[in-house]
Amino acid sequence: MTPALRWKAILILVVVLVCLVGLTCFRKGVDAKTRFQFPRSLADLEANLEGRINLGLDLRGGMHLILQVQVEDAINSETDQVVERLRTVLREQGIGYQAVRKADPTHVQITGIPAEQLAQARNFLAENYGGSSLSPAYVIGSLAADQSGFVLEMTPSLQASIRQEALRNSIETIRQRVDALGVAEPNIAEHGRGEWEILVQLPGVDDPVRVKSILQSTALLEIKLVEDGPYASESEALAKTGGILPPDSMLLRETAGARQNTSSAPQWYIVSRTSVVTGRDLRSARAEPNAERAGTYQVSFSLSRDGAARFGPFTERSIGRPLAVVLDNRIQSVAEIQSRIDDAGRITGTFTLQQASDLALVLRSGSLPASIKYLEERTVGPSLGADSIRAGLTAAVAGMLAVSLFMLVYYRLSGVNAVLALILNLLLLLAALAYAGATLTLPGIAGIALTIGMAVDANVLVFERIREELRLGKSIVAAVETGFDRAFVTIFDTNLTTIIAAAVLIMFGTGPVRGFAVTLSIGLVANLFSAVYVSRAIFEFVLSRQARPTALSI
Amino acid sequence: MFELFHSPNFNFLRWRWHFIGLSLLLLAAGAFSLWQKGGPRYGIDFKGGTLVYLKFAAAPELDRIRAGLAQQELGSSTIQRYGRPEGNEIIIGTEQVGHEDEALDASRQAILAALRSTFQAPADKLDLNNAGTDTLTATLLRLDPIGLAGQPGEAATRYRQIAEQITDFRDNEKGGLLTSFAELGSLEGVPPVIAQTLEREAFLSPFVVRNAEVVGPRVGRQLRQQALLATALALGGMLLYIGLRFRQWVYGSAAVIATFHDVLITVGFLSLFNYEFNLNIVAGLLTLVGFSVNDTIVTFDRIRENVRLLRRERFPELVNRSINQTLSRTVLTSGLTFFTVLALFFLGGGVLHGFAFTLVVGIVVGTYSSIFIASPVVVAWIERGARRGAAGAARKGA
Repeated sequence: MTPALRWKAILILVVVLVCLVGLTCFRKGVDAKTRFQFPRSLADLEANLEGRINLGLDLRGGMHLILQVQVEDAINSETDQVVERLRTVLREQGIGYQAVRKADPTHVQITGIPAEQLAQARNFLAENYGGSSLSPAYVIGSLAADQSGFVLEMTPSLQASIRQEALRNSIETIRQRVDALGVAEPNIAEHGRGEWEILVQLPGVDDPVRVKSILQSTALLEIKLVEDGPYASESEALAKTGGILPPDSMLLRETAGARQNTSSAPQWYIVSRTSVVTGRDLRSARAEPNAERAGTYQVSFSLSRDGAARFGPFTERSIGRPLAVVLDNRIQSVAEIQSRIDDAGRITGTFTLQQASDLALVLRSGSLPASIKYLEERTVGPSLGADSIRAGLTAAVAGMLAVSLFMLVYYRLSGVNAVLALILNLLLLLAALAYAGATLTLPGIAGIALTIGMAVDANVLVFERIREELRLGKSIVAAVETGFDRAFVTIFDTNLTTIIAAAVLIMFGTGPVRGFAVTLSIGLVANLFSAVYVSRAIFEFVLSRQARPTALSI
Repeated sequence: MFELFHSPNFNFLRWRWHFIGLSLLLLAAGAFSLWQKGGPRYGIDFKGGTLVYLKFAAAPELDRIRAGLAQQELGSSTIQRYGRPEGNEIIIGTEQVGHEDEALDASRQAILAALRSTFQAPADKLDLNNAGTDTLTATLLRLDPIGLAGQPGEAATRYRQIAEQITDFRDNEKGGLLTSFAELGSLEGVPPVIAQTLEREAFLSPFVVRNAEVVGPRVGRQLRQQALLATALALGGMLLYIGLRFRQWVYGSAAVIATFHDVLITVGFLSLFNYEFNLNIVAGLLTLVGFSVNDTIVTFDRIRENVRLLRRERFPELVNRSINQTLSRTVLTSGLTFFTVLALFFLGGGVLHGFAFTLVVGIVVGTYSSIFIASPVVVAWIERGARRGAAGAARKGA
């Protein structure tokens, strides 16, 4: 063996060893220190292997969702809040006004400010709502009509940051809910470019309807004072108030299941626009049996210290008045305040245990800043995944065996070389997937199929070329050398062309297309190593052991 | 040694017009099929809609299912068998109802409601074949057949364990469908009282939902655009590389023309055989592109090498010689890949069927095109250049 060949052998052995270790010696889900586990039994080996190759949802079953955050909701509710705040602070500042209202989602109008207070109001608004020069919040303009007020226009930069914030908070909230559901290895990430989409992948989830409603629930909890009611219908309520609601109030409807003891239709209440406490003030929430109605459940919650500090005095002041628990703009229950309540409350209703625990779960994880819509949903049943793996494996093994058999018959001993190269290629590919933590999907298996095809092609190219050179009367050593040299150019060209295409697909393709491109590009790089470098080294090694090779089994 | 061809010397270029004619014929057939069917039959991936994959315990009665669907105003939905016949699997598909995203889930719920009423599923009982582990656990907790009401913690873990065992058995051993409650008797760790209670309180519907796909119309459009963009860019990247590598744009262009030819013919075949275009088919077409370009480059590389070695030979003869020299490799590789794909087509299961079909057609067409389309394009282009050059020289001389 020449020194050059020895170094080649060492390099190849090191690579093979690294791949084998990478595939078989790590255990999943254990912390970093004890992750390395040498397999001592076949069961160990199986467990390690299973943990190392992440299977995609199409192979192991689960849910794939793409949802869109309705970010305009967040802008709308920000403007609503500004309106609320302005009404209070302008009064506190002693600035008179006729009305503060939302003209459209990004504009707030303040009308009827006395002429002598206009300058003061402008200064106040600029100071508190102008933002800084770096991040302007609102542009303050005079009312065009009679100059007796102002328009606050939300700047595009503030809009952009509110949208961004809504997306980030939604992802965070959804992550908390998924964690609370106990889904192992979920994938929750921003999806697409600038469409406010979130990709949620939940392996193993087999109750899609429930999961979807948990994720989608806005879970906006508010406790409001009831001003008037109940009314049988919206029109009746409006008739009673003369067609115009009192300022700072709103009309809300009960949910269908709110009346426990009567079967009457949901009723309407006029409630105050401002909430005493909201979901943000919750410390915890849990499901508990409803003592008044056996077999049903309710949700009890406790307030944070901050919330309790507001709720306690408020309830003390309002003893005897009814209070509404509002969830997602539907009144869940109405009850009269009997005494001061500090930090505990409950949402009564006739929930099942599942409904009550799900409601408690979404309340604990906080409300979504904006509603969400589902754009795409794929649920793969676990039995289909198992079938797909089985069928895919059968086909792959059958194909590999047939190809190997053919190579052995057609190229005889050199065929052994080709089969070794093929196995090494697969080993490299799987190890690379394991080290990179990539996910294997059905299209990924298609990528492996193309890789196998191109790996066989590389061997065929080399062997046919060697045969050609032998036919021209070259010596065996020279024929092998030229064969590899000439064939390498072609193998390099074909592999690189395909890798370029795969790289483009990784950059611009979506999910399945990308999975295909990832395995393909890894496989082709591995192919250049196994079918050219290693295969050649094996030829050289075999030939170097014969003093003067006279025949080549090819 | 075994050899397919011993020093082959076929005159491929002589027949090139015949083969170009054949290609045009195939292209026309595909185009006709596409025209007749009003474009490619897009799957829900690309146009939005709902697909529900179902597996039945026995051969499904399609007429009964169709009637049930019609009652839910789903008369326009498609019912299609898939996979092997003994698998008893069908796909029910509907187009997107309305354009509101809120309706996204509506069709799926309607399909399931139709099936439930068709097979007279009791509304108040748990459908054990379509229940998830969570739901089954909750039901067992409620029924409490073992009588663990006194120990809530113990009950929760025990029933969850039992539920997991049952669903696992159903999904991995029984292919997703239990046919009788007696089957649970073979499970160790599941006491007989569980099976008895479930038999009383639950039922086994004759079908299971194996897979459900719901794609909104906007996402469909996006996916379609993105797949097209990615494919076009990938082809562009290849053209660029081959052009740079061979220093002559004719090679890159010829390779891309041949690849387009393959994709178009395969798309035509997909339409002729009524396959639906979904993301898996796109993966198949991309694989085909890789394969076809690979095949073409092997021939071109040989042409380039021969151009350097055999300067005297006329270009058409040189190309013909190159094709012959690479012929055994071409046939071997294509043949082997073809058999692998054939294995996938017959053994790979329903999900991969469209993908495998694309490649079965694509590999044949791809091999054919590198010999009979790509090379003649190069010859025609270079000869035309040579004639022009000669004519120019003649004019100068005059």
